[in-house]
Amino acid sequence: MTLVLESVSKKVGASVHIDDVSLTLERGSLNVLLGATLSGKTSLMRLMAGLDVPTSGRVLVDGKDVTGLPVQRRSVAMVYQQFINYPSLSVYENIASPLRVARLSASEIEARVREAARLLQLELYLDRKPLNLSGGQQQRTAIARALVKRADLVLLDEPLANLDYKLREELREELPRIFAASGAVFVYATTEPSEALLLGGNTATLFEGRITQFGPTPEVYRRPQNLVTARVFSDPPLNTLTIRKTGALVSLSTGGQVRATDVLASVPDGDYTVGFRAHHLTLEPSGSDQIAIPASVSVAEITGSESFLHLDAGEHRFVSLVPGVRRLEPGTAVTAYLDPRHLLLFDPTGRLAAASTAQKAA
Amino acid sequence: MARITLDHLAHAYKPNPKGPRDYALKEINHVWSQGGAYALLGPSGCGKTTLLNIISGLVRPTRGRILFDDRDVTDLPTESRNIAQVFQFPVVYDTMTVRENLAFPLKNRHVPKERTAQRVEEIARLLDLTSVLDRKASNLTADMKQKISLGRGLVRPDVAAILFDEPLTVIDPHLKWQLRSTLKEIHRALDITMIYVTHDQTEALTFADKVVVMHDGAVVQTGTPDELFERPAHTFVGHFIGSPGMNILPCKVEGATAYLGSEALSLHRHYRSLGRTEQVELGIRPEFVQLQPKGAGLPARVRRIDDIGRARIARVEMNGRMLAASVPEELSVSGEEASLRFDPRHIHIYADGHLVAGEALGGQAA
Repeated sequence: MTLVLESVSKKVGASVHIDDVSLTLERGSLNVLLGATLSGKTSLMRLMAGLDVPTSGRVLVDGKDVTGLPVQRRSVAMVYQQFINYPSLSVYENIASPLRVARLSASEIEARVREAARLLQLELYLDRKPLNLSGGQQQRTAIARALVKRADLVLLDEPLANLDYKLREELREELPRIFAASGAVFVYATTEPSEALLLGGNTATLFEGRITQFGPTPEVYRRPQNLVTARVFSDPPLNTLTIRKTGALVSLSTGGQVRATDVLASVPDGDYTVGFRAHHLTLEPSGSDQIAIPASVSVAEITGSESFLHLDAGEHRFVSLVPGVRRLEPGTAVTAYLDPRHLLLFDPTGRLAAASTAQKAA
Repeated sequence: MARITLDHLAHAYKPNPKGPRDYALKEINHVWSQGGAYALLGPSGCGKTTLLNIISGLVRPTRGRILFDDRDVTDLPTESRNIAQVFQFPVVYDTMTVRENLAFPLKNRHVPKERTAQRVEEIARLLDLTSVLDRKASNLTADMKQKISLGRGLVRPDVAAILFDEPLTVIDPHLKWQLRSTLKEIHRALDITMIYVTHDQTEALTFADKVVVMHDGAVVQTGTPDELFERPAHTFVGHFIGSPGMNILPCKVEGATAYLGSEALSLHRHYRSLGRTEQVELGIRPEFVQLQPKGAGLPARVRRIDDIGRARIARVEMNGRMLAASVPEELSVSGEEASLRFDPRHIHIYADGHLVAGEALGGQAA
């Protein structure tokens, strides 16, 4: 099926939860809703599911208007952040429960439960009760139950948020494969940019109830069309500074002037916000045209393979991600280098004015 | 402020424990220095919360003692241990202002008004709460409330230690960055022993000077972040630290050569007889396995390439096993057939899960 939201808004009292969202989700697609807590991810999913009715706008399934049609009469499955299973039923019966409600034949139920259990690696645990399983296995059970229904629309609301880091990593690797095998429209909400990148598919970035961009995930990451999207889709947080371009010279809000090269040469004179990600701010220049920024180390965080350096440069606080272990004491003066091939330039209204060539290649 | 000594500490939740299987926390001996920043890292059920509860006094250990400096506190209740705690979910009084919330632990201990006011201002400044000091806590977001909880944990200057139990779980990713670096700055400014429990390796590695990795009730390695990354003492540490974790491959080792199936790999270290080892494995992190065109190394098949934004990770199959490899920026991958190059300086050999030191070749020091 194809799910279309047409100028959908949801207001509760005076507050706007969803603000004029239009979106087309194709059959067999994986769609990530990426945004901070309270950005509208859950509200939007509830509208898609039919759990809530929009204040204005229409919801279409395969061209048919289903706005106002309750969730019971739609083909929807949901998975929540909290692991929701029936504690008194075995894993097998938990997965089978929607099929029993739908009065499917015993052989059909058996076949579907076995298939879902195989996909989610639950075959060894089918006789157990959910509470005797690890959190990861409990959430797999909930996902399996959502899959056996073969619903047209599967909504997953931060399904991995309550899991241990490593388990999250494992399930995250498996999910795209499981989704690809299904053919439903999947919608997956998360607060984490890295999760969106690993899942792939399409990403819609959400901010204050609005969708700020929707497209193939790597493209939204590399070519955010506005500053808000770039911020939502950056972890570590997006670094920004402001510049004024006058002819061949560019003055930086961190102090100093540089020659306009690469993307800086391509835009008309004026004021811009420059956005760049942590791994494009380094301590060694990777070319002769690098922009040097004097800074002082505020904190160095070492992960063992990489170091996150929090740098103060004038009024700015930047995060730099560099390979290897860099044990730098707070207060150490350093020169940080910014690669002009990895810049995003936004105009004063926050719209993307230009992106460096290296940003274009996905 | 105190040095914390864990002396032959062990704990079983069931009575009359016999074998090691009965212990939720297997024997641990450890000294944490005054003013250090430590993390207890491990998956659910590894024993890290049991250990934290023993330190805070919520659980009395089955065996062993716990000392704050030279004082045995094993039998002291939590309130007599002079510690501060920050939990996963915010603990704040909604009817009080932020200022009153922060002052509460000091007021309770009859700290003079002037000193209290001064300290509250200082902590509020460190946590960027100054602008909301006179607002009621009830109207603030979950993020803000957790900051207040952190502030209440940090406000007493005289505590023996501050214990953090997954304090950033409810925090959005962006604020996490800010709070993590703030906590680190505060640790430096306050010179208090801090113990931080988490399952999140990034939080543990970036916060702590020393990370205690726990698995199955036991400490498997204690080390600095780079030690855990460079030389995992156990395959569990290799797997748990790093994202993705270390590739662990069954192998045979003879002298300075490892055999992966029919392929031979030269090692930088020499291994004498590995004794009656049941299982010999080779460990190498994805960062040190490079994907190369076909014919340039060990043959492998590319199953998938993950684009994680700042790098690409290849999921490849070799001898019927999946492993992760890094993809050089300039390499364009087409088709399934490729090869892998292992950096021999970063290959480790494990016997039954434990790192085997081996001897450096050519008389070089390890």
